[in-house]
Amino acid sequence: MNLRDTLALSFETVVSYRTRSLLIVLAMALGVAAVVVLTALGDGARRYVVGQFSSLGTNLVIVFPGRAETAGGFPGAALGQTPRDLTLEDARFVGHLPQVRRLAPLNVGVAELTSGGRLREVTVLGSTAELLPIRHMKLAQGSFLAHGSERSAQIVLGSQLAREFFPDGNVVGQRIRLGDSRFMVSGVLASQGESMGFNTDEIVIIPIDYAQEMFNTSSLFRILIEARSRNTIEPAKAAIRHALKLRHDGEDDVTVITQDAVLATFDRILRALTLGVAGIAAISLAVAGILVMNVMLVAVAQRTSEIGLLKAIGAPAADIRRLFFAEALWLSLAGGAIGFALGHAGALMIRLAYPVLPAWPPAWASVAGVATALITGILASLLPAARAARLDPVLALSGK
Amino acid sequence: MIRLSAITRVFHMGDQEVRALSNISLEIGSGEYVSIMGPSGSGKSTLLNVVGLLDRPDSGRYELDGTDVTVLSETEQARVRREKIGFVFQSFHLVPRLTAAENIELPLMLEGIPPAHRKSQVDAALDAFDLRDRAHHRPSELSGGQRQRVAIARATILKPTALLADEPTGNLDHRIGGEVMALLEGLHHAGTTLIVVTHDRELGARAHRHIAMRDGEIVGDQR
Ligand SMILES: Nc1ncnc2c1ncn2[C@@H]1O[C@H](COP(=O)(O)OP(=O)(O)OP(=O)(O)O)[C@@H](O)[C@H]1O
Ligand SMILES: [Mg+2]
Repeated sequence: MNLRDTLALSFETVVSYRTRSLLIVLAMALGVAAVVVLTALGDGARRYVVGQFSSLGTNLVIVFPGRAETAGGFPGAALGQTPRDLTLEDARFVGHLPQVRRLAPLNVGVAELTSGGRLREVTVLGSTAELLPIRHMKLAQGSFLAHGSERSAQIVLGSQLAREFFPDGNVVGQRIRLGDSRFMVSGVLASQGESMGFNTDEIVIIPIDYAQEMFNTSSLFRILIEARSRNTIEPAKAAIRHALKLRHDGEDDVTVITQDAVLATFDRILRALTLGVAGIAAISLAVAGILVMNVMLVAVAQRTSEIGLLKAIGAPAADIRRLFFAEALWLSLAGGAIGFALGHAGALMIRLAYPVLPAWPPAWASVAGVATALITGILASLLPAARAARLDPVLALSGK
Repeated sequence: MIRLSAITRVFHMGDQEVRALSNISLEIGSGEYVSIMGPSGSGKSTLLNVVGLLDRPDSGRYELDGTDVTVLSETEQARVRREKIGFVFQSFHLVPRLTAAENIELPLMLEGIPPAHRKSQVDAALDAFDLRDRAHHRPSELSGGQRQRVAIARATILKPTALLADEPTGNLDHRIGGEVMALLEGLHHAGTTLIVVTHDRELGARAHRHIAMRDGEIVGDQR
């Protein structure tokens, strides 16, 4: 019997045993859909975290004063001494390193923002013009802190604050008081919402010198540094550390971290998690495979006399084996296809319900899910098909 | 041409031995019309199964058209069954899911004949056995006589040299049984070797050669 007839005949059989076939297809489909949905969830979580990190900036190296290590490191920490200041001079020095594309010194504090009878306590970032590109921030109106004009009293407002303090929308050029100083609004940040637990819609940004004055400090909170490329992150890290050690009389008293290292860890963990849930879902497919095998064995028993008849009219064992094989193929193909569709529909529903979670099923998971369905189906049919092909025709004809 | 020499077939039931065929030697020429009769359990079906290559004898030699078929592999035997032998059973053995036409088409499929060529052959068979208006009915929608006609059409679609019928009228009433026998005899007239196992003396008498069996042995062979 040729392939086309084998497929057609087995398709007819599958269709005519409607309930039985639907049951198997459903079991298969649920297994495949589980693989697709669970991996979509896992990969969505990974993308979400990665996205959150990269919204903070790419190729980012962060320097802060003091050694973060608990042992060795900075001896003063153990004695309760505050670490040496990380100064604006330090930042400028680091800025000249060839591995550094740009940097932004950062001070953070809290102050009262007042204007037109409104008053509100806000988070204040002190920085320079470079903060905008490093942190991937966008402006909705006006301009950011001007280059080289750190001494002018400009302020950039978060979008929420701009709406609250200037409901008429006329913001840029307006005067506003922060703490005891008067500032002129130079721009408004585009609304970005919460990012890594930090709501940029409710902050203000002022030049670093004003911030240091306002919070009465000469030490920076952070230096945010963008390396020239992904490959220069590590060299930049080493160079920065070396440069600051030189400036600090040979003391290694700053901490330099890269966002990439943290990100890579999260990425690894979440990838492993995704693989794990995919594996668990695949087990449900194996269970479906056992179901297929069981049902096929029952089918062989039910159709014993039919198999005998096929042998009597001259069907070789190979033809009979292939017929049962093809039945399993149809069932798992249908299960795989329906499961694929169900899974993608499920992932779509998750994306609609939780728009922040990019729950796209990874291509490898869809392929692996459907392939696992096909392989389990075919493996599960091996034994029943072999049993059918081996039947003794005389006994089979009498239904024994 | 069927030539059996010293064929023995023994079944083992626990420690009991049943000699279903005991040292059978028999020659049936091309185009003969033979009836096999005998009491229940005398080995008639077993003999037919051996002749039809459904069963392998434990010893003895079986030549079909000059070649020893007992030494053939299973696949080769299947091919011989497909091309040279047609079976008709008491209980019809139609595939319940398939229509009359599809049941008749099965051997053509097994033989690997392309669909375009199959249709005309199936149509011709439907006409020859007066089944044209039942072509798309399933077996459950057919009468006993119609079912047996479908089975005969299926058994003869590849023009076998021998048609083996094991009590073909056993499940049919007398009149319908007579009609079915007439169809089989028509095929014999067209040149097919016809071997019929039957309990019905009247039907058995219509054959041109009468073989009688008892306890696995041939006890009578009359022309
Ligand atoms: N598969 C088997 N296993 C054991 N014994 C068997 C088997 N097949 C047939 N027999 C025995 O072989 C003997 C001959 O059986 P067979 O079916 O050939 O008889 P039969 O002449 O066709 O009888 P009936 O007229 O009842 O159909 C019987 O005793 C039967 O019980
Ligand atoms: Mg019998």
